[in-house]
Amino acid sequence: MKSLAELQAIKDRMKDRVVLREGVDEKRVVVGMATCGIAAGARPVLNAFVQGVNEAGLASKVSVTQTGCIGICQYEPVVEIFEAGKEKVTYVKMTAEKAAKVIEEHLKNGKVVAEYTIANYKA
Amino acid sequence: MIRTHVLVCGGTGCTSSGSKSIQAAFNENIEKFGLAEEVKLVQTGCFGLCAEGPVVIVYPDGTFYSRVAAEDVAEIVEEHLLKGRPVKRLEYKGALAEDAHEEDVYANISLNDTAFYKSQTRVALRNCGVINPEEIDEYIAMDGYQALGKVLTEMTPDDVIQCILDSGLRGRGGGGFPTGRKWALTAVNKAPQKYVVCNADEGDPGAFMDRSVLEGDPHAIIEAMAIAGYAIGASQGYVYVRAEYPIAVARLQMAIDQAREYGLLGNNIFGTDFSFDLGIRLGAGAFVCGEETALMTSIEGNRGEPRPRPPYPAVKGLFESPTLENNVETFANVPQIILKGADWFASMGSEKSKGTKVFALGGKIKNTGLVEIPMGTTLRHIIEEIGGGIPNGKKFKAAQTGGPSGGCIPASLIDTEVDYDNLVAIGCMMGSGGLIVMDEDTCMVDMAKFFLEFTVDESCGKCTPCRVGTKRLLEMLNKVTSGKATLEDLDAIEQLCYYIKENSLCGLGQTAPNPVLSTIKFFRDEYLAHIVDKKCPAGVCKDLLKYEIIKDKCIGCGMCARQCPANAISKTDYIAPGKKLPALAIDTDKCVKCGACVGVCKFKAIVKN
Repeated sequence: MKSLAELQAIKDRMKDRVVLREGVDEKRVVVGMATCGIAAGARPVLNAFVQGVNEAGLASKVSVTQTGCIGICQYEPVVEIFEAGKEKVTYVKMTAEKAAKVIEEHLKNGKVVAEYTIANYKA
Repeated sequence: MIRTHVLVCGGTGCTSSGSKSIQAAFNENIEKFGLAEEVKLVQTGCFGLCAEGPVVIVYPDGTFYSRVAAEDVAEIVEEHLLKGRPVKRLEYKGALAEDAHEEDVYANISLNDTAFYKSQTRVALRNCGVINPEEIDEYIAMDGYQALGKVLTEMTPDDVIQCILDSGLRGRGGGGFPTGRKWALTAVNKAPQKYVVCNADEGDPGAFMDRSVLEGDPHAIIEAMAIAGYAIGASQGYVYVRAEYPIAVARLQMAIDQAREYGLLGNNIFGTDFSFDLGIRLGAGAFVCGEETALMTSIEGNRGEPRPRPPYPAVKGLFESPTLENNVETFANVPQIILKGADWFASMGSEKSKGTKVFALGGKIKNTGLVEIPMGTTLRHIIEEIGGGIPNGKKFKAAQTGGPSGGCIPASLIDTEVDYDNLVAIGCMMGSGGLIVMDEDTCMVDMAKFFLEFTVDESCGKCTPCRVGTKRLLEMLNKVTSGKATLEDLDAIEQLCYYIKENSLCGLGQTAPNPVLSTIKFFRDEYLAHIVDKKCPAGVCKDLLKYEIIKDKCIGCGMCARQCPANAISKTDYIAPGKKLPALAIDTDKCVKCGACVGVCKFKAIVKN
């Protein structure tokens, strides 16, 4: 170690890897991953969120976790976003592409993507 | 892309309850379910809640699994990691909201809000249970080695010493000597070679703070010792650690190797002209080697015996050179003080004892484990809130701090605010941080005897007051517990205690009588009960116990007689009114006082008194 810059470089590189464990999350993205969810394609959605949140530099503010069956199997893949003090938002029939938009608009800019929510879903 | 971290405790407690096989099972199942790209398994140091081990935490949701067995792992991986359904039956009950529902994503209280963690402030333990101690990069991610960088590039040695002085940090090994002053005293002595020594010879029965820091965050000690080396002008350090701590030794060695590889130990650290290196020296298990002069004698390769002070180690220590010696926990605070400032540290704790203290909770308490709390927290809070109280509805009787050198705090003083000076004021001492809780079933004379037996075993034999004095003292205590002592003996015991304290060569002998003196002070009536009434109120001292059958309650079934290993129970001629068979009686000469008969009697006809 010849300089502080080298130390800082290691710290920056590692920070994303340990930030998961700090348990601080302003927003929590929960992906339904029961059998129905997985069958409907929840796994690529989950991966898109994990990757997208990291790439958008939101890892210290947003946590991505899974949950079991939410009970609305016909709408799977279902993603819910929780934020302290706010009503939860339920997105349905999610895909990796839709996930990218949710990350950009909802998670980054705080604007709910109304067209994907359960309230606006038309079968 | 990793989305989940599974943290498995790899401290000594959880390792001995099987965390190695849990890690193996996780690896196997993560592979089996194809999650290797998404889930990362991390072995950490101690989480503190050893009673609930082996402990597993899953992030980012923070699910806390306790008492996990290798057989449970497949279920956790399939249900939780794959399908997102935490396995409720394995979750730590203290971390669940009372009205938790299966699907409720906020059912888990954050770990930091559980009774056990809520009032803790983790400074020395901040990385224990959070990072993988075997990976230097994780330590660096948590601001590791930033303090060393700051010291070497922005501060003079005097600045560093001033910062430690201002923080009010005092020695965590037990003595409570101001750390900054020790650094300053060593810094002023000019010599071609000086040393920094870390005392990790944690010998008090029931204490495991230092072990957990070394196992969970070894780099913090390396960083702090390098900072100390810069402050006092030393280029070589030694960590003296017990050979009985194999995991701590292995992780520390691994950490030293990694630090050397990164150039954080060795020549010209951070491109400055400061050089520092570290070596490990193993102790062979002698308690006296935790005493600073004996420890240095042992590092030098000689028999671990203390030597008179002065000269103090700051003047003439290891290899006759000025030496700075601090305890593991003391060092663990140093990088944080440098980074966050002396004021930050001094804002925690009580007036004369700043910062936090780690305690190893043990004995009759629900949450056995490791806790770190601000100085000045009341004993009541530690025992009732953090420790979860006394199990089985028993009553709190006393807490023993400071191990064989310390004393006890009786129930009447449970509201004492725990810091160095308050404990000394009541004839106790902080010690290294072992805190053993005792309930009403503990005999205080027997407890004092236990610690004294320990010091008699561990006395190195160099000075007479300790070698012979503690032995004679133990014999006198044995007289008390066997009911053969007189009131004169009690006076003689006290006199001998003071003699040993005043005349012993080192800390071991000077403090050995403390458990006896403090129990006489707070539980004199219990000594008197043994001496005058020939009774042990707690029912512990066997020589003073008598088992008896209440003849009018006995129906003569003979269960007790069949259980008795000494054939001490036989029939009498007496038949109690309304009973058909003759009552039984215990021959007290044959009775070995094992208590087996009491357990089998359905009629509560056998009493112990």
